[in-house]
Amino acid sequence: MASKELATVTQGTALRPPKHGWQYAPSPEGTDHFKLKPRYELFIGGKWVEPQSGKYFKTINPATETVIAEVAEASAEDVDRAVRAARAAYDTVWSRMRASERAKYIYRIARRIQERSRELAVVESLDGGKPIKESRDVDLPLAAAHFFHYAGWADKLAYAIPGRRARPLGVAGQVIPWNFPLLMAAWKLAPALACGNTVVLKPAETTPLTALLLAEILEECELPPGVVNIVTGAGVTGGAVVNHPDVNKVAFTGSTGVGKRIQRDLAGSNKKLTLELGGKAANIVFADAAIDQAVEGIINGIYFNQGHVCCAGSRLLVEESAHDTLVRKLTRRIENLRVGDPLDKNTDVGAINSRMQLEKIQELVAAGVSEGCMIHQSHAQLPSKGFFFAPTFFTGVSQSHRIAQEEIFGPVLSVITFRTPEEAVEKANNTHYGLSAGIWTDKAAKVFWMAKRMRAGVVWANTFNKFDATSPFGGFKESGFGREGGRAGLMPYLNAEGV
Amino acid sequence: MALKKKAVSTSRGARSNGHAIVKPGSQDEALHLPTGGDRRRHTYRPPHVPPVEAVGLEERAASLAKRSIKKASKLEGLKMAISMMDLTTLEGKDTPGKVVAMCRKALRPHDRLDVPSCAAVCVYPNLVPVAKRALAGSTVKIASVATAFPSGQSPLKVKLDDVRRAVEFGADEIDMVIDRGAFLRGDYGKVFDEIAATKEACGRAHLKVILETGELGTYDNVRLASAIAIEAGGDFIKTSTGKVQPAATLPVTLLMLEVIRDYVDDGWRVIGMKPAGGVRNAKQALQYLCVVKETLGDQWLDPDLFRFGASALLNDVLMQIEKEHTGRYAGEDYFSKD
Repeated sequence: MASKELATVTQGTALRPPKHGWQYAPSPEGTDHFKLKPRYELFIGGKWVEPQSGKYFKTINPATETVIAEVAEASAEDVDRAVRAARAAYDTVWSRMRASERAKYIYRIARRIQERSRELAVVESLDGGKPIKESRDVDLPLAAAHFFHYAGWADKLAYAIPGRRARPLGVAGQVIPWNFPLLMAAWKLAPALACGNTVVLKPAETTPLTALLLAEILEECELPPGVVNIVTGAGVTGGAVVNHPDVNKVAFTGSTGVGKRIQRDLAGSNKKLTLELGGKAANIVFADAAIDQAVEGIINGIYFNQGHVCCAGSRLLVEESAHDTLVRKLTRRIENLRVGDPLDKNTDVGAINSRMQLEKIQELVAAGVSEGCMIHQSHAQLPSKGFFFAPTFFTGVSQSHRIAQEEIFGPVLSVITFRTPEEAVEKANNTHYGLSAGIWTDKAAKVFWMAKRMRAGVVWANTFNKFDATSPFGGFKESGFGREGGRAGLMPYLNAEGV
Repeated sequence: MALKKKAVSTSRGARSNGHAIVKPGSQDEALHLPTGGDRRRHTYRPPHVPPVEAVGLEERAASLAKRSIKKASKLEGLKMAISMMDLTTLEGKDTPGKVVAMCRKALRPHDRLDVPSCAAVCVYPNLVPVAKRALAGSTVKIASVATAFPSGQSPLKVKLDDVRRAVEFGADEIDMVIDRGAFLRGDYGKVFDEIAATKEACGRAHLKVILETGELGTYDNVRLASAIAIEAGGDFIKTSTGKVQPAATLPVTLLMLEVIRDYVDDGWRVIGMKPAGGVRNAKQALQYLCVVKETLGDQWLDPDLFRFGASALLNDVLMQIEKEHTGRYAGEDYFSKD
């Protein structure tokens, strides 16, 4: 048979495994499918207008430190122009329009975001440093989902507050952060527009580009001029927006320090206010948890978006009996996090948003080391240019340590142990923040027992950092007040009047 | 390789003392049901394994499946996949002619492309001698299914004879099935004992333990069965027979690799992993390799520790390799069917 012939055939060739292991080749997302302008003006009254001061600032790519574009710096006069445009649009168009017509515009915006999602995702990663897989798979789908969700509410507000009439507030001044630039714009704009308000929006100075692309989308959707105005700039511009006397509603997402100042400034002003501020969330892992999935949840909780997440699970509370196993698994797992080019599709941890933020992270990590905590850091090779920080966690941390108290807003986790559920509750709540919490246990009854006792706006069970347009998000204590998302997210943008 | 293989050590000896006397040939022997004097079932304590959260496990597998493997790493990965393949035919209609053709293909998967041989061929015991002759002197190993494959629903004696015969015929590796009936009715002791006995019957042949994850129903069961198979002496744990749907899936493979990782971290000997059935194309194969790399590390990307049980996969991988060279896809008739 054929087997005889085989005797003369090759002996078979073995494969020599690659010497340095199997490496993933670079797989960068393309940037040739869109073109950014070298300079962006202010978007006021449906037109692109130059700032009165003639001043522009540069926005850079934090992964390379190169300039991407110049952006107008809005002064108080520019902000005043924007508020007047918003007021005119409110009085003459938007508040008078049938709700079902408003809905059509918002649906149109949602669809256009989906259509331009590839471009928006790349620009989000270029300007902010987040990995493309996150901007592509998280930021963009969620941003579109928020517009879709609130488009649906626009003509159903009567069902949101049964027996009462929903009336818009007027002009909303919105100041948003740099960690989820487009998504935060969506969180703020969608409910405001659905309820019939007009808006002056100020994006963060390090990440203004996707908001400006969103302005292009609003133009494409033929949104009536002045309904949304976008003014770029730094803290001074933001201050002008929130303090403008003709603004009826202020919504701010950012640091607790600035939030406190806004609240003081607005005292006695009759402006409605919502604040979404910092956090120092406890991610609580019991010994009976599905440990490997808990590890993934911890990783996602703190290294997602380089830890630039207000609801990040930055304090890991682990039952003492599971501590060693968990630390061993975490030590192994962080070595697999791929740190580097945000545009590479295989990057897990991208660039720190700005030099200022990198320095803050470095300062707090140094504090952790000098306070005697044990540092564990991934051996990832960091790029020589740009702002990068290796995934880090500390063990031997106590509640009294600075790294257990202060929000680091970077890829740094503090591991603290507890012995009983009561102690876990006590430690989890022992912070001046209260934005989110995570509970990991195989026992459903324990989940409910714990969740009831958490002083946090969002409590995740056996998962972490999951967001949905239908689900309210917001804080307790110094993490702020007011809710965004779902039906609850309408309330900050309307007055419920008796009929 | 960085890890040294330690001698197999199971606690079989001590544990088999608890055996009851069961009349040979009785129904009790077949089912190993507890009789008056049998306390074995109650004395065996299955290993403690942590629970599995299905949503989180599947999410992690899906995220690893999104790795973008391009250019040199793609070519390298595809060649690696070939070198890890157990080229398989397990049909009632298998003949020497079919098996010889498959052996040739395993030795030299393509006439033009520079690709390695497959790791092994996998056949029924009767065809082991044919494969043995066809592969004499080569690096390609011969794996044989045994233990009343695929159901495992035969008396232990028959299963062990099956194993001994396959080894005598020249099998280098034995792919056994666990008794899923025993597992699902909670008789973990029987599952453990049968694996241990099979390992003994294998002699120098390597033992792969097929869990048939598609019949186990839950990830928790897969985790427990994996742990039992490792503790009872399996050299490899394997997902499926290929006769039951679903066969190998990415989450199940990830989970089994995690069990292996936990044992290795606890200082056990190294254990191999073999997903089988369901891996049909090159893209999937690369996803599995990513899961291996990011769960157990590069040292597990080795045919001694990771295998694909497949029949249709090879040609798709070859097609992709050719495409990497020429930039074009060749039609399927440019790749031999056997």
